[in-house]
Order: sequence, then C-alpha cells, then structure tokens
Amino acid sequence: MVRLNKLKDQQGIIFNLLYSVVAIVIALLLGGILIYLSGHDPGKAYYHLVYGAFGNSYNLAQTLLNSTPLIFTGLAVAIGFQSGLFNIGGEGQLYWGALATAVTALTFPHLPGLILLPLALLAGALAGGCWGVIPGYLKARTGAHEVITTIMLNYIAILATTFLLRNYYKEAGPVDQTPLIAESARMAELIPFTRLSWAIFLGLAVVVLSDYLLKKTSIGYDIQAVGKNSAAAEYAGISVPGIYILTMGFSGAVAGLTGSTLVLGLFNRFITNFSPGYGFTGIAVAVLGRNRPWGVLLAALLFGALEAGGMSMQLYARIPADLMRIIQGLVILLVAAPAFIQLLVGSLLNRPGGGAK
Amino acid sequence: MNVVELKNISKSFGNSLANDSIDLAVKRGEIHCLLGENGAGKTTLMKILFGLYSQDQGSILINGAEVEIKSPRQAIELGLGMIHQHFMLVGRLTVTENIIAGREPRRGILIDYAEGMRQVKELTATYQLSVNPGARVEDISIGEQQRVEILKALYRQAEILILDEPTAVLTPQETGELFAVLKKLKESGKTIIFITHKLKETMAISDRVTILRDGKKVATIATSATSPTELARLMVGREVILRVKKAAAMVGKTVLQADHLTYYHKKNNRQLEQLSFVIKAGEILGVAGVEGNGQQELEELITGLSRNSQGKIFFKGKDISSWSIRERRYAGIGHIPSDRLKRGLIPDFNLEKNLILGSEWQQPYARKGFLDYKVIRENSKVIIERFRIKTSGSQALVQDLSGGNQQKVIIGRELRREPELIVAAQPTRGVDVGAIEYIHKLLLKMREEGKGVLLISAELDELLSLSDRLIVLYEGRIVASGNTVDFTEAELGLLMAGQGRGGVKNGPTE
Amino acid sequence: MNELLALIFNLNTLAAALRMATPLALAAMGGAFSERAGIINLGLEGLILTGAFAGVLGSYYSSLPWLGVLLAMIAGGGFAALFALFTIRFKADQVVAGVGLNMLALGLTTWLMQVLWGSRGSSPNVNGLPEITIPLLGRLPFVKVFFIEQSPLVLIMLVVIIAGWYLLFKTPLGLRIRMTGDHPTAADTVGINVRAIQYFCVIFSGVLAGLGGAYLSLGHLNWFSVNMSAGRGYMALAANIFGQWNPLGGFAASLLFSFTDAVQMRLQGLNLSIANELIQMLPYLLTIVVLAGAVLRSRPPEALGKQNQGGDE
Repeated sequence: MVRLNKLKDQQGIIFNLLYSVVAIVIALLLGGILIYLSGHDPGKAYYHLVYGAFGNSYNLAQTLLNSTPLIFTGLAVAIGFQSGLFNIGGEGQLYWGALATAVTALTFPHLPGLILLPLALLAGALAGGCWGVIPGYLKARTGAHEVITTIMLNYIAILATTFLLRNYYKEAGPVDQTPLIAESARMAELIPFTRLSWAIFLGLAVVVLSDYLLKKTSIGYDIQAVGKNSAAAEYAGISVPGIYILTMGFSGAVAGLTGSTLVLGLFNRFITNFSPGYGFTGIAVAVLGRNRPWGVLLAALLFGALEAGGMSMQLYARIPADLMRIIQGLVILLVAAPAFIQLLVGSLLNRPGGGAK
Repeated sequence: MNVVELKNISKSFGNSLANDSIDLAVKRGEIHCLLGENGAGKTTLMKILFGLYSQDQGSILINGAEVEIKSPRQAIELGLGMIHQHFMLVGRLTVTENIIAGREPRRGILIDYAEGMRQVKELTATYQLSVNPGARVEDISIGEQQRVEILKALYRQAEILILDEPTAVLTPQETGELFAVLKKLKESGKTIIFITHKLKETMAISDRVTILRDGKKVATIATSATSPTELARLMVGREVILRVKKAAAMVGKTVLQADHLTYYHKKNNRQLEQLSFVIKAGEILGVAGVEGNGQQELEELITGLSRNSQGKIFFKGKDISSWSIRERRYAGIGHIPSDRLKRGLIPDFNLEKNLILGSEWQQPYARKGFLDYKVIRENSKVIIERFRIKTSGSQALVQDLSGGNQQKVIIGRELRREPELIVAAQPTRGVDVGAIEYIHKLLLKMREEGKGVLLISAELDELLSLSDRLIVLYEGRIVASGNTVDFTEAELGLLMAGQGRGGVKNGPTE
Repeated sequence: MNELLALIFNLNTLAAALRMATPLALAAMGGAFSERAGIINLGLEGLILTGAFAGVLGSYYSSLPWLGVLLAMIAGGGFAALFALFTIRFKADQVVAGVGLNMLALGLTTWLMQVLWGSRGSSPNVNGLPEITIPLLGRLPFVKVFFIEQSPLVLIMLVVIIAGWYLLFKTPLGLRIRMTGDHPTAADTVGINVRAIQYFCVIFSGVLAGLGGAYLSLGHLNWFSVNMSAGRGYMALAANIFGQWNPLGGFAASLLFSFTDAVQMRLQGLNLSIANELIQMLPYLLTIVVLAGAVLRSRPPEALGKQNQGGDE
C-alpha cells in the first residue's frame, strides 16, 4: 500500500514536470512565431539559443553564472510561499544584502578570507533577513497584505541603499559605487575567465538545506501547516504570527545572499541599481519550480540558460535578447493556469480520430 | 395541481451519488418539508431546482411544463426563490441594496434608491417582515438577516420559496416568528419547500413531508397522517434509540474550573458574562444553547484560541488563563473543534501528517526538532486501525476522506494524546448515523476512563443522552445548570430561549 | 525659510502634481474596478507600459496622436482580456498571472521597439497631443493654472474619475460590481452574471491603464522609452488601496503621491543639500503606514483574490 502511494506521489511530480515542460514548449513556439514574424529564421535563432547556453564549457559556465542569483531569489519566493506568503520583496532584500556584505568586506579588509568571507555572507543574510521580517511582522500584527508592503519596501530599499552609498560609502568619481573589496574577500573563480564563482555551490547548499528543513523538521512542518491552513495550525498550538515572521526572515536572508554573492563573486563592490530585476525573475522561477527547492533549482537553471542563450542569439542571430523576457512571461502565465494546458493538451489528444468520446 | 415536479433526478459528485433517481411533487399553496439527515441529499436536490447545480439525469416541471434551469437567473424568472442556509448577503451593503441588486429600479441610468426603499417598505408591511431598509446588513440581527433573504425572494415575485435549514441559526423565539411569517405567505398563495432534519419542526409547520435517505426518496406523506417516531424511522432507516446506555458516573477530582469568565468580542460584541463551572474527572458536562449564544467563545477560551478574557481558568488546580494553546495541549487538554475542516485538519496534508498535528515537536514523533517518519507512519497505522478509519492508507490526503472519517481522524489524534480533558464541540455535526453512534461511544469511554469531557452541542438529544450535568447558555450567560436527569427537553427549549426555568409563560402569541 | 517653502508649496507645484497624478489616478481607478469585482490586478504595471507603447505606435504610423490614444486603450483592454481569460476562465493565481503579464509586457514592448525602430533606448519622436486651454476656466483666478496649456488627457482624467465614481456607486452596474467582489455566490444567486461582470471590470481596468500609459508617451512626452511605466502600476495599486477602492479616493491618493514627487523634483532644481532619496521614499512609507491600519481602517472586497466557484463543474 505504501509503495502504491509513493508511486502516486511520484506521478504527481511527473505531472507537474510535464505541465512545466508543456508550458515551456508552448512559450518557445510562440517565441518562434514572433521571430518568424520579425523576419528571422526561428531555427537559426534557437540553434544559437541552445548553443549559447550549452554549446561549450564557457557557454555552460555563462548559463550557471546567470542561474546563480535566480537560485537564491527563486528559493526566497518559494520559502515564503510555503507559509502562504507571497514575498515580492526579494529585490529590496537583495539590495540590503549586497550593501551589508560590501560594507562588511570594506570595514575589515585585513581579516583573512576564511573569516571575512563567511562574515560578509552572514552580514548579507542578516540584512536581507531583517528587511524580510518587516512585511512578516506587519502581516502578523496588522494583516497588511505582504504583496503590497513588499513592493513598497523594494522601492524604499533601493532608495535607502542609494542614500547610504552616496553619503557614506561612495568611491570618488562619477559612478555611484563603493571601492573594490579586498582580494581576500572575493569568491574565487571556478573556471578561469568565466566569472563563474563557487557561489553556485552555496546556492546548491541552500537548496539542499531548505528541502531538508521543509520535509524533515518540526519547524518545516509548522511552516507548511501555516501555509496550507493557518486556522488549523493555530488550533494545533503553532504561533501563526511567529511563523510568518520567521519564514519571512528566512526568505529575506536567502534573498539577501543573492546580493552578497553578486558582490563577493561578480562585481566585487556595491553598485547602485545593479539588479536587473533578479527579485522579480525569482517569482517566475519559484512558480515554474512549483515552490519546491529542487524545482526552483531546475527552473533557475532553465532561466539561466535562456539568459545566456538569449545573449548569444542576439549576438549571432541579431534577435533582441528581450525575447527571453517574453518567453519567461509566457511561461509564468501558462504554469499559473494548468487548466489551460489541460484544455489544450486534451483537445489535441482528442482530435485525431475523435475516438475518446 | 403540482407547482413543482421533479422526476427521476440523479446527481453525483466524483464517486458519491448525492441524488439517486429522486421524484418529488409539491402542490400549489402547501408547505412541504424535505426531511432527511445530513448528507441525505436535500440541499443538492434543491440546488438543482434553483439552477446552482445541473442534474446528471431527470427532468424538472414547473406548473406542469418541462423546463431546463441552468442558472439562478432562470430559476428566478420561473418564480423560484431560495433562502440559503448560509445567507447570501453582503454585509457592507444596505438592506435595500441587497434586496434590489440584480433587479434595480432605475431613474435614467442611475439606481432609483428612493423607489427601491419604497418597494421594500411595501413588502415589509404586506408580509409583516419588520426590518429597517436603510440599515447595513452587517449591523442587524441574524433573524432580521433571514427576513432580508425572504424579502429578496419576494421582491423578485417568487411564488415558490425554498428554505434551507432556516431554523439552525435562530432562537426558538425567532423560529416562532419565522413560522408565523411562513403561514402568512402560505395564506397569500405562496408555495414553500422547507428543508430540515428536525422532526418537531416538520410536524409543526408542514402540510406534507418527503423523506430522503442516502440520496434516495423514501416516502411522501401527509403530516397529519404520521408521527415523529415514524418520521424518525423513515429518516434513519431503522429504529432509533435516542438514549445511549451509560454506566453511573464515577466522579473524581476537579479537572477544569472556570471562574467568572467574562469575554468581550471586538467584532460582533458577542460576549460571555461571569461564567463559572467545574468539570470533574469521569464526567461529561454538556453545554446547551442556541448557536451564537457564547458556545464558540467558550470553546476558544478553554482551548486557548482566544485569551483576552477576564476571570480565571484552572486546569488540575493550575491557573492556565494566560497559557498558550500549545502549553494547554501539552498539559493535557484535547480539542475536537466545531469547525472541522477549517480548524481541525489540514486537508492538503496526508493522513500521517494530520495525525501528528500539534505533536510535531514532541517525542516520539520528533527528536530535537527532527521528524521521525518511521514512528509517524507507525502511529498512523495504529490510529487508522483502532478508530476504524476508512482510507487507502497513511499517505492518503485527508481531503479525500468522508466527513465521518475526517472526524475520526481528529478524534483519533486527540485521544491518542491521552488528554485528561477533552473539549468536544459539535462532535457529530455532519457525520452519518453510524459514525455518530461510534463517536458517542468514544466519548462515553473517555468518561469511564476517568477523563473530563466538555461537550458543546446544538443537538439536544445528544446532550441529554451523553451529559451527566448540563449548563445552558443564553446571551453569554449561564441561565441554568444542574444534573441532566433534572431537565426535560421542553424545559431546555424554554431555557435556551432565555425564558426562566419552569415558571414563565409561553408569551402572548400562543 | 518661508521663502523657500513658498517656492516649493505653490500652485505650480500642485499643477505639476496634477499632471503626474494623471496616469496613476487612471490606473488606480482601473485597480478599483478590477478589485471591486474580486480580481487583484497586479498587471496594471504591464498594462500602463503596453498603453504607452501602443500610443506611440499609433501616432508613429498615422501621425494622429488621438488615434494613438485610441490604440493605447485598445491594447490595454486587449492585454487585460488575456489576463482576465487566464484568471477567470482558467483560474490562474491572480498575483502570479499579474507578475507574468508584467514580464510579458516589458519583454514585448522592448523587443518590438528594437524590431521596429532598431533602438533599445527610446522610440523616435512622434506627434504628441497638443496642449489646450479651457476658455472659461482658464481665466479664473488661482485655479487657472490647471486649465492653461494643459494636456487634454489631464482634463479627460478628471472627467473619467468622476464618471467612474458615479458608475461604481450610483448605477445598477456599480451595485452589481460591488456585490460580485464582496460575495460572488450571493451575486450569482440573484441572477447577476458574475463572470461577465469580472471580465468587464478587468478589461475596463486595462483600458484605463492603457489611457494612463498614453498620457506618459503622448501627453507628458512624445516618445516611448524602455520600461517607461517605471513602477507606476504598483503605485497605482497602492493608491487604490489608499483610496479605499474608490476612484475619487484613488485620485486623491495619486495626487498626494505625485505631490511628494513634485516637491522632490523642485528641491532637486534648487540644488539644496536635502537628501532626495529620503523624500522620494515618502509615498511608499505612507502606503505601508496606511496598509498597517495606522491611519485608515482599510477594508478590501471580501472575496478579493479568491477563486469563485460559481455552480458545479
């Protein structure tokens, strides 16, 4: 009996995977039509897309490089979702994470890397976590809807970090950025000249950790109980406000690590307005990954591949890389509406012969 | 002349057949009761008639002509009106707005509120349904809200009114008023279909009665030609033993003591005033009262779901008034919540996870915050077997279980914790007869094992047969208390209506 | 100091605020209609962007700015119809679908701009809407500043807001909309076509947001640039909540938001050493304070964001 049910569970996962794949295929098809309409050859375009994402080790590294921040922001959204909260505030949280990390690294330049690196990461996670706690607290205490508060907090975070930078940490010169951080505080490149750092392993570790936390621990149980039925969770003695605050803190910390790893592994400094919307793309990643840690990893890899492939498509097939954003938007819309895919697939399967009914 | 005729109606949801080839004929100008237990298919049948569900098979005739009713809009056009068990009213709109919505009197492109108000007033006068047309619905009483629902149907010129369990939320007094209104409506030529599971009401109000059981029609009989006992037999399908056999109480030490509990609810001002009572080991204390007289507040206060009260609660001699829910659970208070799906279960979780809800931090299911799924699975096997839960296994989602089995999951989980006090609120609501008997046995077994039971129920029969002692709540106060054997059913009814014990007259109308 | 205050707080600042409030107020009213019918429309951001783009597109090819405005409303409504289809017919999560719509709109407008005009920064200049002066009102003391050389869309916005308030609170349709958002089942049982109401409201919100977008690209400026909406959709949503799901309230909130914006720009112009960023934060902070219930008790439509299950399926 147990085995049978396990099978059922696996079927559920396979169905979800199938839906996601169908959604991606439809989005790519629609993208192909757009390419065709704009007077280009979709075959050639998609060849460059795939080659640019996976063609050689450099391209593969670019895919992973683009995936790394999305693993973090996607996880942040997914963790919030587990307790029923929609954390759109990843963008703001990652800015605080980045600034805190950069400032920590700049404040203690003489510490050895072995101490400075974890310290800087911790500072970033803490800063992001604190920023995440605010909407969690507001939701818990006043019922203020976290979707709107996190959006507002994004703007505030970007403005506040810019303010702090300009007034306290700015390097002399026209660009709003801090000085470079010490060599010892930088995350080492994995493959020379790819800029891919071991931040991706940190991402992987957070995936494993969150998955374990959610599935195998009491606190994970509490988080999911609150997400699935907060009234029953309250009945069982779980502090719902406490879980909201804790989850948002955790979610914000993971989002904060996005900024930390970008500072330590890629830019080696804090720059204003550096994020092209990682926090928002993280929502798409979480949705596509069904809010499960491993799903988020897969989705982040896919989105990273789309970004990397999109750049090469733009370079070699002269198709604007913004097409990838269209495809990402379509994927979210389609994944959000499984009923649509069911209808579509159903009508496609029923058409030949019309034998089904 | 049959004004409504349903022929051979069937309807299934998933695998369960809610209506199985049901025939029903309602005569013009009669009050026709649709009698049956929870889950017998009464509401489903009426929702089909009102266009909210579509039948799988069968036909509907209104005034002799076959019709197809696909939406409430069509049903309304055919002269039907339905008063739902859960009111279909918008709290922040006014009485008039609620009544005229969908069929608004107009002046140009704007709503003519003055005309709407006038029409509502006219209706209230004609049928003596007093209600202030300008008041916001959320500010008026439940009884008044029900009148608004009736007015809504009348405003749409309904000739056939369907009322779904209309007395469930009313005080006996309000029920009396409702019955007077229904009789007036009948005099003016309206036809009324009255859904209920209460025998006394059926006998009091109806001309004819149709009994449903397990989705099938059992019989249609003239009310004057039947008796409550016969109706009960037809409804349940066998002889009903109203009183459960129970051993004499072996009362021990005080388990719970409530000392002058006073509670103000911010939202609807419902309150508890100066509640004092004790529950001893080995006894069942029943709480009687019409719904909404403080039962839910009492349930929440004892279990810790709400805490901002005055007065004190002692559990085994310790003041637990300020304890959290978790502290109280750990100390030995079990809880069967009144709203099963909302509070008691996580429908999306599988069985084994639901069975540790509230114990997820405790040994042996967890060690230092890490769950041990081997033990958890073993636990669920034990409970499934011991409480005879019908399921495909511990991985099944709780939302796929029947109501009775869901209730067994809750009871199994709570009893497994071996509590010393169990707060059982509406433990048999919405479950089938077999499960009711089983749940009653479990509660009595707890009593025999020397546990204390606080039984909050809207079913008088249940209270009278299970409880050793009773308290009666009316408007948040205890209006009577004593040994169950000292109460008669009639007495309880009066007390629940807020009328003094024994002495007071029945009031001027009867 | 007093002189400084007089420089900042004067009718010209208020006039600037009114102009900047135009797209916000229109989109906020769109949000009011959509949410009053029970649908959270996070896609306003993308709808404004789509409108701004379509406006320029129409004016570019026809040289007629008013045709651009019309196209902006059609494009906004069309995109909103897609959103409505996904959220109402296919029961997609409203917030997720809104995020998807915004991404799609951003990608599509940026991509089309490059395909059509070969630039990733901004479009070529097109014919914008001419400014007009209202004959009588333009001569009144004090308030004339609002009616002289004003964009016609600002004036249209004022009319639309008032009409929207009437529609929502005084007409049969408005009553039905309000009932749908609070209690769709109740609406269903009195014969109101809940689905039709929801489609109408969501599409109407798209038309309004599209009009707001057209103001950005044809009224305020006369070209389109990447991500031109710059978060105004989200601000509009906040203004809508601030304004208690009421077009007039949304307008007032939009005016307040854009007033702080106008003040901030004026300060920038004066080259004072006051931290700009801190002033810019004000609208966002205000919104949070309001949401937390510190100022007003906000009360959203009861069934907002919930999938309604009308009838069986």
